[in-house]
Amino acid sequence: MDFDLMIASLPKLLSAAVITLKLLSASLIIGLCIGFLFAVLRLNKKPFINKFAYGYSYLFRGTPLLVQIFIIYYGLGQIEWLRSTFLWVILKEPYWCAIIAFALNTGAYTSEILRSAFQTIKPGIIEAGKSLGISSKIILYKIQIPVAIRQSLPAYGNEIILMMKGTSLASTVTLMDITGVAKHIVSTTYKPLEVFLLAGGIYLFMTFIIHNLIKYLEKKYSFQ
Amino acid sequence: MDLLSFGKTGWGDELFYATLMTIAVAVTAMLIGFLFSLIFTPLKLSNNKFLNFIGNTYTTVIRGVPELLVIYLFFFGGSGAIMYVASIFGYFEYIEINAFITGSVAIGIISGAYSTEVFRGAIQSIDKGQFEAAKVLGVSKFVQFYKIILPQMLRLAIPNLSNVWQITLKDTSLISVTGLVEIMRQSYIAAGSTRDPLFFYCFAAVLYLMLTFLSMKLINRLEVKYSRGF
Repeated sequence: MDFDLMIASLPKLLSAAVITLKLLSASLIIGLCIGFLFAVLRLNKKPFINKFAYGYSYLFRGTPLLVQIFIIYYGLGQIEWLRSTFLWVILKEPYWCAIIAFALNTGAYTSEILRSAFQTIKPGIIEAGKSLGISSKIILYKIQIPVAIRQSLPAYGNEIILMMKGTSLASTVTLMDITGVAKHIVSTTYKPLEVFLLAGGIYLFMTFIIHNLIKYLEKKYSFQ
Repeated sequence: MDLLSFGKTGWGDELFYATLMTIAVAVTAMLIGFLFSLIFTPLKLSNNKFLNFIGNTYTTVIRGVPELLVIYLFFFGGSGAIMYVASIFGYFEYIEINAFITGSVAIGIISGAYSTEVFRGAIQSIDKGQFEAAKVLGVSKFVQFYKIILPQMLRLAIPNLSNVWQITLKDTSLISVTGLVEIMRQSYIAAGSTRDPLFFYCFAAVLYLMLTFLSMKLINRLEVKYSRGF
């Protein structure tokens, strides 16, 4: 074990962790909006609308994230007319391509989590609201949404951790996140064990923080 | 459609073999994962604190670290580690491990962590009375496990194992970074030589969708089989 190398590469990996966190937070915020939208579409009674939402989540959950990134980063650049629109400003950057892919991917999983949370709300709660004469709009905002958020917290926590691990794929489209930097250091020092173990340690630490944060939120918003 | 024709001009046959490779890696990894969960599930359920710690460390570490990093560690660090062990036994030649084996073992270890959690959950949700009844009837531990616990556990575990299978199948795409020619790698090669990445990556996505769809159909049948009598 080359401990000097480990100490020397720690600052580089930590500054790369900032990029990982940026990718993660951007894709989670966009993904949450997409997930919420598609969860609502899934619960819509019109078959065309909920089939469409189901198709979206099936497509993104049934294919590997790597394929999704490659289609967006390498594939979309091939379409001529896309290159002439303003979208190209975004799509030529690997950073934004990675965020788009991650957001669409986590959006699909989030929509499933939120949908099942909405579906498992006990009808009694809604009926209680109705019998108290509360309007259906307020029932949605003050009863259904808070209960659904509470119920989906454990599953969403898992999704955050899965997404954090997913950001390592950004290194395949030339981004220098933790995995990208670790691989770069290995390619110059030929010490894979030390560097990858250190990078793994940083990821593990981030998982630990997220896990405890979610646990704290679960406790804070529990019904007892 | 010319791009997908079989033979020298198209990529149909190459992609077909690549799909078989993906299936082979996924199945091997899943089996290696079962082997790992066979070792680690009893550790996680054990009352011994030390054994418990080992079991928990395995599942926590593997599930907390990106799959890609595990694959890099195995691919770049694997041969070095094996050569180090070999040097202790007095063998100093260069040892190169096959990409299929490194890839399957790396994905297998990841899949094992997930299936260990599934088996632990399934065993824990079996009624305690079942264990006690077996004990009272004087059934040996071995028969107790194979005839009483395992059939009930499988019924509970299959839906979750099907999730683990999906994860494993999708994780095989990451092995493409090691150069093993599976769906993703083959699409990369084809995209590079035809300059048509959009078509080939979309086709790869279709292949993965087909694999996940077909395996779901198969697993649903298993589920029905093991739910008989419930």
